[in-house]
Amino acid sequence: MNLTLKIWRQKDSNTKGQMVDYKVTDISEHMSFLEMMDVLNEQLINKGEEPVAFDHDCREGICGMCSMYINGEAHGPDRGVTTCQLHMRMFKDGDTITIEPFRAKAFPVIKDLVVDRSAFERIQQAGGYISVNTSGNTQDANSIPISKHAADEAMDAATCIGCGACVATCKNSSAMLFVGAKVSQYALLPQGQIEAADRVRNMVAQMDLEGFGNCTNTGACEIECPKGISLDNIARMNRELMKASLS
Amino acid sequence: MALNSRVPEGPIKDKWTTYKDKINLVNPANKRHIDIIVVGTGLAGGSAAATLAELGYNVKAFAYQDSPRRAHSIAAQGGINAAKNYQGDGDSTYRLFYDTVKGGDYRSREANVYRLAEVSANIIDQCVAQGVPFARDYGGLLDNRSFGGVLVSRTFYAKGQTGQQLLLGAYSAMNRQIARGKIEMFNRHEMLDVVKIDGKARGIIARNLVTGEIERHSAHAVVIASGGYGNVYYLSTNAMGSNATAAWKIHKKGAYFANPCFTQIHPTCIPRSGDYQSKLTLMSESLRNDGRIWVPKNIEDAKAVQQRKLKPTDIAEENRDYFLERRYPAFGNLVPRDVASRAAKERCDAGYGVNATGEAVFLDFASAIERYGKEQAKIHNIENASAEKIYDLGKKIVEAKYGNLFQMYEKIVDEDPYKTPMMIYPATHYTMGGIWVDYNLMTTVDGLYCIGEANFSDHGANRLGASALMQGLADGYFVLPYTIGDYLSHEIRTGKIPTDTKEFDEAEKEVKDRIDFFINNKGKHSVDHFHKKLGKIMWDKCGMSRNEKGLKEAMAEIKALREEFWKEVNVPGSANEMNPELEKAGRVADFLELGELFAKDALERNESCGGHFREESVELDGEQKGEAKRNDKDYAYVAAWEYKGEPADAVLHKEQLEFKDIELKQRSYK
Repeated sequence: MNLTLKIWRQKDSNTKGQMVDYKVTDISEHMSFLEMMDVLNEQLINKGEEPVAFDHDCREGICGMCSMYINGEAHGPDRGVTTCQLHMRMFKDGDTITIEPFRAKAFPVIKDLVVDRSAFERIQQAGGYISVNTSGNTQDANSIPISKHAADEAMDAATCIGCGACVATCKNSSAMLFVGAKVSQYALLPQGQIEAADRVRNMVAQMDLEGFGNCTNTGACEIECPKGISLDNIARMNRELMKASLS
Repeated sequence: MALNSRVPEGPIKDKWTTYKDKINLVNPANKRHIDIIVVGTGLAGGSAAATLAELGYNVKAFAYQDSPRRAHSIAAQGGINAAKNYQGDGDSTYRLFYDTVKGGDYRSREANVYRLAEVSANIIDQCVAQGVPFARDYGGLLDNRSFGGVLVSRTFYAKGQTGQQLLLGAYSAMNRQIARGKIEMFNRHEMLDVVKIDGKARGIIARNLVTGEIERHSAHAVVIASGGYGNVYYLSTNAMGSNATAAWKIHKKGAYFANPCFTQIHPTCIPRSGDYQSKLTLMSESLRNDGRIWVPKNIEDAKAVQQRKLKPTDIAEENRDYFLERRYPAFGNLVPRDVASRAAKERCDAGYGVNATGEAVFLDFASAIERYGKEQAKIHNIENASAEKIYDLGKKIVEAKYGNLFQMYEKIVDEDPYKTPMMIYPATHYTMGGIWVDYNLMTTVDGLYCIGEANFSDHGANRLGASALMQGLADGYFVLPYTIGDYLSHEIRTGKIPTDTKEFDEAEKEVKDRIDFFINNKGKHSVDHFHKKLGKIMWDKCGMSRNEKGLKEAMAEIKALREEFWKEVNVPGSANEMNPELEKAGRVADFLELGELFAKDALERNESCGGHFREESVELDGEQKGEAKRNDKDYAYVAAWEYKGEPADAVLHKEQLEFKDIELKQRSYK
């Protein structure tokens, strides 16, 4: 198929960016979206132009590095996938595809489609851990029985890959789904109880400091999340925060 | 230099304990004055950085990704082994040790593997304490599953993303230390060289991938945890950025590179679909528990399937060749990875492949669905259940077990694997070879350590499923933090290492010159053009089956390709900005050297063992006819290569492997 691409080009964080049109031809429906981008870049390099910079690494939907806003949707039109898992069979011959970076005040553009998501790092550093030494002197793993239900729910929250699609999708650029998932994973497990109050307070405070917006329950984040992280996690985070403020 | 493995004396069971009792320690007040650099933040690097910081050292950690959490350990699906014996099925430290040495086809160092098995149980305790949500049973205790090549259930798992959960555990431990100021984290940085002063590793030169700035970082010891070199094949299950540059640079500065030809080709990957393919996707080994692998028995059927004129479901049972079950009745579809991969290649080479290019075999769940369906019908007291009812009931069970994998397959291939068999083909997955290290995990350069997949590892010539995660975390959490202390105890009077010395000047200049060359060269071809060519040579001549003629050709072709690369490579953009093509150029330049050493090592090892199959070394008769033939008399050693300028001139050093606690046997899965 032949396609027109409208791609956000921006030299660096200090330069103003703009949309630029490109044409690609003979794209196979079996290609992944990023393989289509590879074809474009090979074309640009051979013409002596600068290829489009974009983040990607594992190309199997787990590292959370890829981050494109395609036709107005984080990770594009398919559901439950990251950009790297999106395939060209989702598009038709002659389509025009708009490709932008994940936009949010807290995710400044570094170059073209690459954004800086270090705000997520700082939120996790504020409390996204259990303070246990890695000395190997911990108690036997089976001495802490955890109900299958709690373990499964914690696992569902832990599947978050930290890609930032929730932020890019949210009209308020809220990071509540991400932070909610992190807080929930630990809140659901007995190991996480001891520091629960401090954790949620610190992580939420850092989230606010980074300039993420608030949640107005539109639920767009849940729909665009490639891992299907549930809105319940936001409710749980709010509950934990309430509990912490009363303790 | 003679290789000294520094394995402690004494019975194998006591070596590690006695060793820990006797090593020198650094007191807490002195640790504050000692700096350690860790390159790579996967399971090995992440766990090492966290633990070293916790002990009190000042750690500087480097990752090329935008977060430590994105290192490729994250993609591991199946699980992590540990000798907990929670299932009471006869597992023990010795059995895990034995399985690992046997699975590795007797090409690993006994003492290291024993230690690995010994600390494996600790890993699970540690991860649970960190909040890793492992799968549990209804009683609230940890669940286990079984993997290929073993007879017990010792694999712990977190759905199909054990790697991500373990990495997030290590990452959370890192975050705690970053918050305390004990780890200084350098995301989007790539190490481009190591700096040696008076024979000791004293720092690195790194490039800030956002600004392009070249930076100097000094330390009292340097730890390389940068993963494997599977991308030398261009197509592999590795991440796009996975590279061998850190390992190759230290090799060029004196660290020996061991067994580069030991590479794992994983049997169950999604086949390539065209020339544009950028990477291959693995389907977890756990699928082989229920899936049956087959190709058509008749060549006419195979041709018809290739041309899409015949559907696999229309081929009658008696016209199918379940070749693993036929060749290996004892282990069937669960033979180790190397054996399964070669058997698939053998059928495809003979013309029986099942996709358009003839490079795929079927992985079929129809009989599993039927078996589970009948079982469920019985459980639910459904009499005379129709075929559809049985299918529906069985499908539900298969969905519960492998749903996410089936969904992933459908997204990529656009076929429903519940209705038509999956197509799979082997792909490069893991490299057992790597930087040679002694018992302390130190390379042949003082103060330079190498851990995780980057070292030549405990897996010998073939790694068992769910053992990579175990080794990475064992090295980082429990082994290196001890062994490095012994070395650093001699560094307490050294003081801060300055970076304004001639050694740093020289290393930085070398790095900058190379970058300038790439930017100014303006050749005819992109970096990928050369990488793809290298990958083709490696796959065709250093792939699942190797012979003398092909390996000699590979060496010559890679050398020629390397020369062409340095003349004709085209890198757009400039050095002082984010420039992904420039990053790739440096990595491919190193792969072009490593590939030649790989072929040389494969040529030198004229035996078949594990993932390394030499056509000249097969059993000629008896029950094992046609199977790989290991040669313990001449090749029971680790081949450690010393850099001498050109890869072809590398000098071989042998570490003889002694097997005192395990008897050497030919592997048989018949």
